[in-house]
Amino acid sequence: MNTQITRVFGLIVVLFALLILWTTRWTVIDAKSLRNNSLNDRTLVQELRIKRGQILADDGTVLARSVRQAGDTWARTYPTGPKFAQVIGYSLPRTGQAAGLELSRGEELRGVQTGLSSVFGPLTSNRVGDDVETSLDPKAQQVAIQGLAGRAGSVVALNPKTGSVYVMVANPGYDNNHPDAPGTTQFNRSTQANYPPGSTFKIVTATAAIDSGKYTPNSVVNGDSPKLISGVPLANDGNKSWGDIDLTTALTYSVNTVWAQVAESVGRATMTKYMKRFGFYSSPPLDYPPDEIRASDVHSLVTGRPLPPASPNEDIGRIGIGQGGLQVTPLQMALVAAAVANHGVLMVPHFMTKAVNQDGQTVETVHPTVWHTVMQPSTAAEITQMMKRVVEEGTGTPAQLGNVSVAGKTGTASVGPTGSNLTQPWFIGFAPVNDPKVVVAVTIERTQGGFGGTVAAPIAKNVIQTLLAEGK
Amino acid sequence: MSARNRELIGLIPASLLVTAGFAGVFIQRSNALSNVSLTYGAIFLGLCLATHIFIRMTLPHADPYMFPLVALLASFGIVMIYRIDSTLARQQAQWFVLGLVLFAVTIVWCRDYRKLERYRYVIVVASLVLLVLPRLPHVGYQANGAYLGVRIPGLFVFQPAEFAKIGLVIFLASYLRDTRQAMVMGARRFLGITIPPLKHFGPVLVFWGFAMLVLILLHDIGSSLMFYGALLAILYVATGRLSFVVVGLAAFAIGAWYLGTHIPHVHDRVEAWLHPLDPTLYNRTGGSFQLANAIFAQAAGGLFGEGFGQATLTIPGTHFILLPAPQTDMIYAVITDELGLFGACAVILTYLLFAARGFKTAVLARDSFSKLLATGLTAVFALQVFVIVGGVTRVIPLTGVTLPFISYGGSSIVANFVLLALLLLVSDRARRPA
Repeated sequence: MNTQITRVFGLIVVLFALLILWTTRWTVIDAKSLRNNSLNDRTLVQELRIKRGQILADDGTVLARSVRQAGDTWARTYPTGPKFAQVIGYSLPRTGQAAGLELSRGEELRGVQTGLSSVFGPLTSNRVGDDVETSLDPKAQQVAIQGLAGRAGSVVALNPKTGSVYVMVANPGYDNNHPDAPGTTQFNRSTQANYPPGSTFKIVTATAAIDSGKYTPNSVVNGDSPKLISGVPLANDGNKSWGDIDLTTALTYSVNTVWAQVAESVGRATMTKYMKRFGFYSSPPLDYPPDEIRASDVHSLVTGRPLPPASPNEDIGRIGIGQGGLQVTPLQMALVAAAVANHGVLMVPHFMTKAVNQDGQTVETVHPTVWHTVMQPSTAAEITQMMKRVVEEGTGTPAQLGNVSVAGKTGTASVGPTGSNLTQPWFIGFAPVNDPKVVVAVTIERTQGGFGGTVAAPIAKNVIQTLLAEGK
Repeated sequence: MSARNRELIGLIPASLLVTAGFAGVFIQRSNALSNVSLTYGAIFLGLCLATHIFIRMTLPHADPYMFPLVALLASFGIVMIYRIDSTLARQQAQWFVLGLVLFAVTIVWCRDYRKLERYRYVIVVASLVLLVLPRLPHVGYQANGAYLGVRIPGLFVFQPAEFAKIGLVIFLASYLRDTRQAMVMGARRFLGITIPPLKHFGPVLVFWGFAMLVLILLHDIGSSLMFYGALLAILYVATGRLSFVVVGLAAFAIGAWYLGTHIPHVHDRVEAWLHPLDPTLYNRTGGSFQLANAIFAQAAGGLFGEGFGQATLTIPGTHFILLPAPQTDMIYAVITDELGLFGACAVILTYLLFAARGFKTAVLARDSFSKLLATGLTAVFALQVFVIVGGVTRVIPLTGVTLPFISYGGSSIVANFVLLALLLLVSDRARRPA
C-alpha cells in the first residue's frame, strides 16, 4: 500500500506544480498583456492613483497640475484653460480619453519607470510623475490670441535654432477643463488644418530654384500677366504686367507669373525633392499625438483626394505659388521659415525641454536635433536677403519692427468659389535677420479680401516683438 | 530533539508572520501600531501555544510539523482577512477558537479512532444528508448558482460539504479495508486492463454515481471533483489497481462533460473558464467577471506583489467591487496580488508540505484502516486546495470551495481542525514506540 500512497502524493505534487505554473503564467508571463487588457479596471485605478507631474511654461506658469480626489486618487486641472488647451490637451483616465501633451508626454508625466520596477511590477502604488517643462511662452501666446481677436486662424512661433515651440494658438478652441463642452472644438488648426499656403509657398519654390543651381536671385524672368500655366491663363494681382524682373523683385512683390514659370522650369521632381526636405509629405516629428497632427501635402482639385508626391496630375506651376491643391498646416509653414532662418538646417520641433522628477533632478532633456538639411547655407543666406526685402519695401512692410530687421513672406490665398472675394491671409517670417531667434507663422481663415501684409503681418510683428523683448 | 520540541520551534515562523503581517497592514493604513493589533497577535499566539501544550499532553508522538504548518496557514489567513475587513478577522478569530475546541474534543472522544469504523453507516448516511441539505427548501442557500450553504436562521450560513468530506473519507476507508481483497481477487484481465468482477466493481459505479449526484445536487464541478478524487485515491491505495482510477476518471470526465453542457450554471462556469476575457461573457451576470478579475489581480501582483494592504478590491471613491468574495473564494488572488508569485508559491508549498506529512503518516501507519484514513483525509484536503486555487488560476473551472485554514468561513475552519485532529490521532498511534 505504501507504494500507492507515494504515487498519490506524486500526483498531488504534479497538481500543485500545475498551480504554480499557472500562477506564474498570470503573474509573470502574461502579466503585461493582462495589465493592458481593456477589461482590466485595475489599470485604470492605478492610473488614477498616479500623481501626474505638472506641465510648466518656460516662465514657470503651471499649465496642468494634479489635485487630490477621494480614495487616494488624483484628477487634472488646467489653470490656464483655453489659452493652452490645444497644446496641453487633457487626461481623463476614467473614460480613457487623452489629448495633446498629456497624451504625447504621458510617459514622463506618469513617471519614467526604471528597468527594475518595470520588470518586477509596481513596487509602490503611490507613484508620482515627473514635471514636464516646456518652451511655451504665456505672454507671447496671449499676444497671439489678442492678435487673432476671435477670428478663426492660427499662430505658431518657434526657435529656429533649437526647434523649441514658443507659441501655438488655434482659434476656435476649447477649455481643456471641460473637453467635451458643446460649441467648442478640439481641432487644432495649427497642426491639423488643410489650408492653401498662398504666396508664402514661394519660399519653397525659390529655395528649389536657387539651391538646385538653376536660378540665382538675380536671374531675370518675364513677369507679364496673364501667362498660360498648364494651359490655363494665370494672372498677377490686379493683372499687373511686370516685364522682365529678377527673382528678388519677383519675391518682394509676390509676382505670381514669375514663380509659376520658375516652378514649371525647375520641374516636378526637384520641387517635390525640396518640399520633402522642408517636411511636406510627412507628419512633423513634434512631441504631439500622431492623431492630432497631419502631413502637409497636395490634393487633387478634381477628386479632393491626396495626390502621391510628384504625381503627373499636379499643376506644378500653380503649386509653385501655393495653390493647385496644396494643403498645409501653419506649423509646416513655420518650419519652412525656420529652415531658412537656421542657415538651411531644419530642426525637430518640440514643446518639452526637459522632464524633472520630484527631487528636482532632470531625468530627461530634449536636445536640439536636426530633422532635415534642406539647403546649402549660401542658398539660405540668399533667400534670407530676398525675404528681408519683402518686409523692407514689398508686400510685408507692416511687419517692420523699428531697429530690428525682419525677414518674411506674405501670402493671400484665394479661397471659396471663383469670383468670391474670400481670401486667406498669411505671413511667415523671422527676426533678427542677422541672427534669427524667432520664427512666426500667422494665418487667418476666410477674410473679406484681406491681404497677408495688412492682416497677418501685424500679428506676426507683435508676437516677434514680445518674444524678442523677453530675451528669446 | 523530541517531536514536541520540534513542533514548538516550528511555531516560530507562524508567530513571526502573524506579527509582521499585522504590523504591515497597519503601516499601510498609515496608522500607528495600536495596542489592538498587538492584542490580536498575542491572542493568536497564545492559542497556538495552548494547542501545542494540549498536543504535548495528549498526543506526544504525533507528527511535529502538521500543527505548525496549519498555524502558519491560519496566521496567513487571519492577516489577509484582517487586511480585507477587520470585522471579519475578529469573527474568524472566534471561529478559530471554536475550531480548536472541536479539535480538542475530537482528540479526547476519538482517542481510539478505530472505533469510528463501527459507526460507518451512521456516518455515511449523516454525510449524505448533510450534502443534500442545501437543496432542501427553507434551509438551503444558493450562492452564485451553486448549492453549498445551509442557513441556520439568525445565526450563520453553514457549509455542510466541509463536514461531509470527512465523514465520507471515514466511511470509505472503513468499507474498503473490508472489501479491498475481494475486489482484487476476482478480477480478470481484458486487453491489458484489470476488470474486477461486476459485483465488486459495483462500489466504484456507486462512487461515480455519487459524484455525479453531487454535481447535479450542488451544481458544482469543483466539489464533486474533490470528493471523487479522494474516493479514487482511497480506492487506488486500497486495491493497488491503476485501472480503477483510469476507468473512474474517464467515467467522471464523460459525466462531467455531459452535465457541464446540460446544467446551465455549470455550463456558464465552463464557458467563463474557457473564455474569461471575452467582453460579452465578462459583462454577463454570472459570467466571467470574477474569474477575469482574479487573473487581473494576479497579474497586478507580479513577482513580488504590491505589498500587504495594497491590492485593489474596489474602485477608489466608489463602492464598485472589483474582486467579489475576496475573503473566501478569491483569497488566493488577493494573496498573489499583494505578495506576488513568491508569496503564492510559499502558500502552495506550505500546503504541499502539509500533504507530505499527511501521506507520511499514512505510510507509517500500521493497519489498513489507518493508512486509508490518513490517505483519504490528506487527499481530500490537498484536492480542496487544488480545486479552489486551480479555479482561481484557471487550471479548472472556478468553484466556490474554501482555501483550507486561510479563507474566511466558520464551517471550513472548524471542519479542517477536525480533519487535523484525526490525522494527528493516526500519526500518534503510528509513531508510538512499539
